[in-house]
Amino acid sequence: MKYVDEFRDPQLARRALDEIVRLADAVRKLRDRPLQIMEVCGGHTHAIFRYGLQDLIPPSMEFVHGPGCPVCVLPMGRVDDCIALAQTPGVILTTFGDAMRVPGSRGSLLQARAEGADVRMVYSPADALDLARRHPDREVVFFALGFETTMPATALTVLQAEREGIHNFSLFCNHITIIATIKAMLDSPDLRLDGFLGPGHVSMVIGTEPYEFIAQHYRKPMVIAGFEPLDILLSLQMLLEQIHSGRCEVQNQYARVVARRGNDPALDAINSVYELREFFEWRGLGSIDASGVRLRSTYARFDAEQKFSVPSVRIPDPKACQCGEVLKGVIKPWECKQFGTACTPEQPLGALMVSSEGACAAYYRFGKRRSLSEEPATI
Amino acid sequence: MSGECITMAHGGGGRSMQRLIQEVLLPAYGNPATDGREDQALLPWNAPEGTRLAFTTDSFVVDPLFFPGGDIGALAVHGTINDLACGGAEPLALSCSMILEEGLDIALLRRIAESIGRCSRDAGVPVVTGDTKVVARGAADKIFITTSGVGRVASDCRLSSAQAQAGDVVLVSGPLGNHGATIMCARGDMALQTGLRSDTAALHRATARLLDACPETRCMRDATRGGLAAILNEIATASGLTIRLQEGELPIDEQTRGVCELLGLDPLYLANEGVFAAIIPATAADRALHALAQDPVTRHARVVGNVSSGNPGLVLQTGMGGERMLDLLSGEQLPRIC
Repeated sequence: MKYVDEFRDPQLARRALDEIVRLADAVRKLRDRPLQIMEVCGGHTHAIFRYGLQDLIPPSMEFVHGPGCPVCVLPMGRVDDCIALAQTPGVILTTFGDAMRVPGSRGSLLQARAEGADVRMVYSPADALDLARRHPDREVVFFALGFETTMPATALTVLQAEREGIHNFSLFCNHITIIATIKAMLDSPDLRLDGFLGPGHVSMVIGTEPYEFIAQHYRKPMVIAGFEPLDILLSLQMLLEQIHSGRCEVQNQYARVVARRGNDPALDAINSVYELREFFEWRGLGSIDASGVRLRSTYARFDAEQKFSVPSVRIPDPKACQCGEVLKGVIKPWECKQFGTACTPEQPLGALMVSSEGACAAYYRFGKRRSLSEEPATI
Repeated sequence: MSGECITMAHGGGGRSMQRLIQEVLLPAYGNPATDGREDQALLPWNAPEGTRLAFTTDSFVVDPLFFPGGDIGALAVHGTINDLACGGAEPLALSCSMILEEGLDIALLRRIAESIGRCSRDAGVPVVTGDTKVVARGAADKIFITTSGVGRVASDCRLSSAQAQAGDVVLVSGPLGNHGATIMCARGDMALQTGLRSDTAALHRATARLLDACPETRCMRDATRGGLAAILNEIATASGLTIRLQEGELPIDEQTRGVCELLGLDPLYLANEGVFAAIIPATAADRALHALAQDPVTRHARVVGNVSSGNPGLVLQTGMGGERMLDLLSGEQLPRIC
């Protein structure tokens, strides 16, 4: 398949891996613990497991799977609000597929649908707007979530609804921003990361400039990476080259998609529709300042939180969850006491077991054998 | 009865029901042995001593009812034939029971019945008995079909998932995921235009060829719901062995790959309705592939992996050289957000 197979060439992968091993060996001599590289984006976590890349990198380095899975980091209170909206008479609640399974404190949207709520899976917010056109007697609410990657599409849908004078469409806005999140992680006292694989699709929208502070202020190197296995390997190689030569820069491996200044029309749409919230609650990480957006007052009539009454009850994360420590690389997924026992993909307790992009779910599904076989045999 | 729709009277046991059976269903099934007057079919049993009876049943609910490459009727016939075939049975006869929603267009029912008749004649496995019920509007979604089937299994046939042995190879009979991808696109939710077609097909002739050429076949399974990953997980669990697939060997059509890449789905978990996997001794692989190449439904069969001792489970060796577990899904596959 064109534009796909070129980026999965095993021979080129081998070459990149040889170079990664060489550089990692050179760097290892200067350190007493493995290099920790965080892939910020859930899409990267998925790709790393899908292609088995974590088995291929040398033992002197490890991936730390970051907070970039928007489904995983949604707090239970917001899911409860979403279910309350879905159960409001007359409402059709629309959402992306993998948001259906995220558990709130009293079940998921899938369960709400089974109990009679009209919950429909769509592939794009434009499909939700189309439902609103076809059902003028119903209220269509779109469960908007995701980083800057998905923000332009929901913003443009609101602008389209306004142009057409569609009044029965609204967003339940849970969009989050990447920069505030990375900054919060960098400010965390127990952080031990050595570098970042930067999120490719967020950067397609916001560009590479907003990350400069990571290199300049925090002295951590970053490489914006694509999502194919060769993209990830090449980005790792670039990161190691920086670490080896003592540089801290923001480099762009995904130049075929990401421009330095980002995408102006997309940014315009975001800025005209959304404004920053003072803070937003994250599952596993707590409250982070300026890390979420809401609709501007000009578009209040498209804001489901203003149009309907939502309970807005804050539900704390289960006490036993160690998602935050896993997210920051302090512990490995399988080192959490709940991993695979109280917390499984069937009955997720913590954020990271929820979506297939969550680090714990990925280990549980794709890496179970490896983590089990690493444990000493018990008699 | 053209232009009419199903009413509660069609399930009432009176004249309307008689007309439905006599004018729509029986002519479509085209089986002279069934005149619809008896409550049971009587089948001859000419089989050597030790022959066993295979008996299976399956229910079919699909949205949409018609899709490129097939329809609910074709699935109902092929699905039950394939369940018999993969157990090593020679399918003999089918039953077909329908639950119809009040208001269903009779022309639509006729099309489905004709598809059932056509598929059963093509397969040489007649529909010999059936039942029809009508439920009020909203109590069912247009039409639900249950087919059961009986077949003969030779006395020396000992297929079982537990028979897989270290050193065996895994064979798949054709391209994976086409049915699942077709249905997903045919629902129209994704607004994807493709030339994909369902793979729905009867597999009994191909499985018979395989057993003839390779009587030491350990087991066969048709890769329906949950796809290849689900059935191989079951075989790995039953046999207590590791099954390792080579990603580069898996036959997946370009369009199905494309749909999966776009939606973030894994073709190994998508349903197939005309593909089976078999575990056979490595020494029999060439013989098996040669036999399957003679049948149009399985001409793209190939060896995709092997069985070894180790933790019971299914592992994919990726093209990059890494490995990942292919576990059972926790629920249905859902498209990913980004």
